[in-house]
Amino acid sequence: MRITQGCFSFLPDLTDDQILTQVQYCLEQGWAVNLEYTDDPHPRNTYWEMWGLPMFDLKDAKGVLIELTKCRELHGDKYIRLSGFDSSHGCESIRISFIVNRPANEDGFRLERVEGRGRQQHYATRSYSLDRPEGTRYA
Amino acid sequence: MTDQPTPAKVNLAEEFDRSGVGPVLKQLDDELIGLTPVKQRIREIAALLLVDRVRQKFGLSAEAPTLHMSFTGNPGTGKTTVASRMSEILHKLGYVRRGHLVSVTRDDLVGQYIGHTAPKTKEILKKAMGGVLFIDEAYYLYKAENERDYGQEAIEILLQVMENNRDDLVVILAGYADKMDKFFQSNPGFRSRVAHHIDFPDYKDAELLAIAEGMLTKLHYKLSPEARRALSEYIPIRRGQSHFANARSMRNAIDRARLRQANRCFEARQEIDLDALVTIEAEDIRRSRVFAQAG
Repeated sequence: MRITQGCFSFLPDLTDDQILTQVQYCLEQGWAVNLEYTDDPHPRNTYWEMWGLPMFDLKDAKGVLIELTKCRELHGDKYIRLSGFDSSHGCESIRISFIVNRPANEDGFRLERVEGRGRQQHYATRSYSLDRPEGTRYA
Repeated sequence: MTDQPTPAKVNLAEEFDRSGVGPVLKQLDDELIGLTPVKQRIREIAALLLVDRVRQKFGLSAEAPTLHMSFTGNPGTGKTTVASRMSEILHKLGYVRRGHLVSVTRDDLVGQYIGHTAPKTKEILKKAMGGVLFIDEAYYLYKAENERDYGQEAIEILLQVMENNRDDLVVILAGYADKMDKFFQSNPGFRSRVAHHIDFPDYKDAELLAIAEGMLTKLHYKLSPEARRALSEYIPIRRGQSHFANARSMRNAIDRARLRQANRCFEARQEIDLDALVTIEAEDIRRSRVFAQAG
């Protein structure tokens, strides 16, 4: 199952050139671009691992692409997302975020039924990948 | 490039006008006094880039030329000033994408403990992408007497990026001529990757006088005729003394003359007119320590 989240989720994956253009837009707006990766793609998992510090004070998108290439070398079998943080007063949050890398095989999610008190039915979604230990989930 | 129709003829002058580099070169000519060999070299580089662009229109192969440079010269000969102009020129010619200047020294590149240098250097390189990285006093990166110095690590990363990201940034190394020579000798990798070695000559006395007057005009001051004579006597004496730094010495001399002028106006305790406020008199310059030391 192809996981989608963030901006452009309805589009096919962006090419490096397209990513470069988006990043350049972010930099021109004065946003700090950040890279994060994870192998637990549950939609409620908002805390992904950071790839280094957010990149402040860049002028050209190429610097971000260099980091992305390095991140892909190490975590190419995981989800990588790129986000732009707007630090201006009144916003101070993520303005843009999209997936820039995904594993070759995406397992998808299963629906789990959990019985609560009084045989009340609860539902949970759980990624198949979580059955395997961290680091080997998409290897 | 191939799908564009090949033009039969290209007007180079028109192409030059369109690039917008003309005004920058002219500004360089007007604002920087002297430095003839430097200006000549910059004009050559600009011409090469322009012709390369035209060649591309004809479908001729035009691999981006290596534009890493080294600026050598004595203190105060205008290396930093020219570097900032250089980034503008290269941007106008479409050689670098953004045209900003990132000016660093050893401290910005080399870390203090193991594993600190690489992230630091890469951080700076990321910031310099699409622009010009100006490394002042580049020879301090390499310390021959200490082989475990972290500078070596920064050098290796720099060399790698200079080679792999040739179309993303231009590196300009600057420093005093003799030390730079030694630096290049001990780092042959740098020597071969730096295409343009530009030497900044010392300014002549007349040029220094013109520079000083230019600085004063910018600050809305002027020299009285006697003060001008005093300053032209000042320059050769100052040159003979230690720590002479060309244009920078002139700026310092002017700053001190302004101090004395302000003090003179203040001590007089009279009503003064605009002329007195903007004029630097001979005594403001003659009271300099430089004359006293010359005896």
